[in-house]
Amino acid sequence: MNFTLKIWRQKNAGAKGQMVSYDVSGISPDSSFFEMLDTLNQNLIMSGGDPVSFDHDCREGICGTCSLYINGRPHGPEKGVTTCQLHMRSFKDGDTIHIEPWRAKAFPIISDLIVDRSAFDKIIQAGGYVSVNTGGVPDANTIPVQKEKSDTAFDAATCIGCGACVAACSNAAAMLFIGAKVSHLALLPQGQVEAAKRVQKMVACMDDLGFGNCSNTYACEAECPKGISVSNIARMNRGFLSSKLFAEKEKIIQDSLWDREPALCSPRYMGRFRWH
Amino acid sequence: MTRLNARIPEGPVAEKWTAYKSGCKLVNPNNKRKLDIIVVGTGLAGASAAASLGQLGYNVKVFCYQDTPRRAHSIAAQGGINAAKNYQNDGDSAYRLFYDTIKGGDYRAREANVYRLAEVSNKIIDLCVAQGVPFAREYGGLLTNRSFGGAQVSRTFYARGQTGQQLLLGAYGALSRQIAAGNVTLFNRRDVLDMVLVDGKARGIIARNLVTGEIERHAAHAVVLANGGYGNVFFLSTNAMGSNVTPAWSAYRKGAMFANPSFTQIHPTCIPVHGDTQSKLTLMSESLRNDGRIWVPAKLKDVERLRNKEIKPSDIPESDRDYYLERRYPAFGNLVPRDVASRAAKERCDAGFGVGSTGFAVYLDFADAIKRKGHDTIDSLYGNLFQMYQQIVAESPYETPMMIYPAVHYTMGGLWVDYELMTTIPGLYAIGECNFSDHGANRLGASALMQGLADGYFVLPYTIGNYLAAEIHTPRFNTASSEFNIAAQAVTDRLKAIKNTGAKESVDHFHRRLGKIMWEYCGMARNEAGLNEALYLIAELRSEYARGVKIPGGLDEYNPELEKACRVADFIELGELMVRDALQRKESCGGHFREEFQTSEGEALRNDDEFAFVGAWEYRGRDAAAELHREELQFKEIKLSQRSYK
Repeated sequence: MNFTLKIWRQKNAGAKGQMVSYDVSGISPDSSFFEMLDTLNQNLIMSGGDPVSFDHDCREGICGTCSLYINGRPHGPEKGVTTCQLHMRSFKDGDTIHIEPWRAKAFPIISDLIVDRSAFDKIIQAGGYVSVNTGGVPDANTIPVQKEKSDTAFDAATCIGCGACVAACSNAAAMLFIGAKVSHLALLPQGQVEAAKRVQKMVACMDDLGFGNCSNTYACEAECPKGISVSNIARMNRGFLSSKLFAEKEKIIQDSLWDREPALCSPRYMGRFRWH
Repeated sequence: MTRLNARIPEGPVAEKWTAYKSGCKLVNPNNKRKLDIIVVGTGLAGASAAASLGQLGYNVKVFCYQDTPRRAHSIAAQGGINAAKNYQNDGDSAYRLFYDTIKGGDYRAREANVYRLAEVSNKIIDLCVAQGVPFAREYGGLLTNRSFGGAQVSRTFYARGQTGQQLLLGAYGALSRQIAAGNVTLFNRRDVLDMVLVDGKARGIIARNLVTGEIERHAAHAVVLANGGYGNVFFLSTNAMGSNVTPAWSAYRKGAMFANPSFTQIHPTCIPVHGDTQSKLTLMSESLRNDGRIWVPAKLKDVERLRNKEIKPSDIPESDRDYYLERRYPAFGNLVPRDVASRAAKERCDAGFGVGSTGFAVYLDFADAIKRKGHDTIDSLYGNLFQMYQQIVAESPYETPMMIYPAVHYTMGGLWVDYELMTTIPGLYAIGECNFSDHGANRLGASALMQGLADGYFVLPYTIGNYLAAEIHTPRFNTASSEFNIAAQAVTDRLKAIKNTGAKESVDHFHRRLGKIMWEYCGMARNEAGLNEALYLIAELRSEYARGVKIPGGLDEYNPELEKACRVADFIELGELMVRDALQRKESCGGHFREEFQTSEGEALRNDDEFAFVGAWEYRGRDAAAELHREELQFKEIKLSQRSYK
């Protein structure tokens, strides 16, 4: 297969960038998208050019390193896959393919298609964990967890931190990323203890880092390679609001607040109760 | 000559660790604050160690080449983590886990270390659940288990097909908490290129900032390497693209011995190679062997008709299928250990019964399991794996059998460490896959996650204190000292030497060539003539490489080709050592199969009289042959026997 590639080139954070056109030929339809870019880079190296920088590592869809905006969509045209799992059979011979980096204020460009996503680390550092020490913890089976709840927590926990949700969002909001972590932990008894504090700290950190706000377009869910649901945003919003309300009266957060069907508090509805 | 002393505590094997913990030296909290520790790598071992050491109050610096610690390749582990909880009441115990691990490793691991691993395994599960790791559960709310190869009990805890991801995110959370608390400082996008020794002790590292190209110096009272395995020496493997041996190899060049380098695990269930531009291989979890049945056609004419697409696999009647694992190993069937399953697949394919376009694939069939358990149950167990397979191969495992073939997955060899996980350099530790210690000549499934977390959460935090207790009077180090100057200059000189604008070939060209040599001569089956040939070919490759490689861009900027060039230079040297190790070990054991040493039935034939030892190699200089040291293995608990899964 043959392709024309239009790729964003930018030497470093300070340099001016532009789209540059390249041709690649003789690509197998079974090649992955990165194997196609490997071929381009080998050609560039051998002809004395400058290879294109892009982030990639596991190449099996789980590490979350890859981050390309392909033909205007994070991770390209296929639903539920990362760029590294995208194969050239998803394109037509002779296609022109546009390749750009994630575009978000909170993710500055490092080089070409590589952006700095350390803002996500900072959000997790603000409270995206259960505060337990290595050492004295109870036996793993001491607290039974309802299977359905555990499965829902797992669904939220499959976030790979790639940033497609931010890239897909017209406001570059990180609500799906935070919503997933907040939900994962709050749904489990082990994480519920500090759920109220956690959601407040993580949301405050997100605001500080320059991410935008949710305007309920659901683009994040549509482009998430792991299919993380926006119901996690609703759960986070509900947790955030209730933690604000209850904090003043020093009341204890009740389990039921986290359990209620997300539909009752959809992001669309909760959007009106923005905390700013 | 350095003598190897494993420093194994006295007493019965089940009491050694308790005795050690009672007797080891402690560091008081005020002194911990004055002590710096460097941790290289943020996989399960590195992240759990950095978090636990930070929690204890040490001043920790942690390094990773990825943009964030959460992306270390432990994230890709699929199937599960073993622990001797015996929640299933099926007769499990620490002793059985210990026994299975020693046997699975074909009696080439150290008893004391493995027993300790089995002993602390239960605490790992407790801690991970407390961290919020969403392990699979029964409807009653308690944890569930699955079976894995090499065991007759169900002791594997799992989180669908993403167990490594969930465990790593747990450790990453704990690490993030310590970073927020100021106990750990994170250095991301860094390659650790050399170790710095002061008066023979590990006192720091030289790192390259991958974004700016700056050569950085970092000092500490102790250095912990957790940089993972070296499967990428084969170019094609299930490792991540960036996985490398460089930190461990730089330690080897500074005097840390490298043990059993030839012990490589070839995983039986990977997606077969499709073409020349392929960059990596994808694993399909061993857990699939719980329900999938492995077969090839029994008749050569069916192989031919399949290849010509005249028939589909489902057209072949049961009577014309060869379920070769069930046939050869009735007791364990499809759940034999990985080395056995891989060799059996190779044997069938070499005999001409392989399927797929290349003939190097076998079927992993779920038709029976789907009939027995239903589509939905199979989906809940393996849904994400089936999806991944379909994405790569464009065929649905629900409709037609998967095609699989063995691929390089894990390396049992690594830096030699004693009972305290210290290398032969004082103050330099190696944990997780990057040490050699627990898996002998073959690792059982779901034991890598267990070992990484055992080392990081529950072993190193004790043993490192025993060393640092004597360092409380050592002031922080000045990185402007002559030792740091020399090391930093050597790194800069090396980078300059590798880059040669006049060179004709790129890094990948050399790496692919190395991979082919290693796979051909030092892969699933090895023999003396082939290994000697490999030595010759690698020497040739090495001298070509020494003349420089075509690398665009500069030294002081983001330059992924330069990163790769350093890694491949080390892989070439390592490849040579692996071949030497495979040559000296004139026996077959676990993943190391020397064709000259097999039973009449084609099984690995060990030679316990002469080779029941750990082969640890000492670096003797750039152009000198490495020197072999032997740590004799003492089996006091377990009687050595021919491993049988029949």
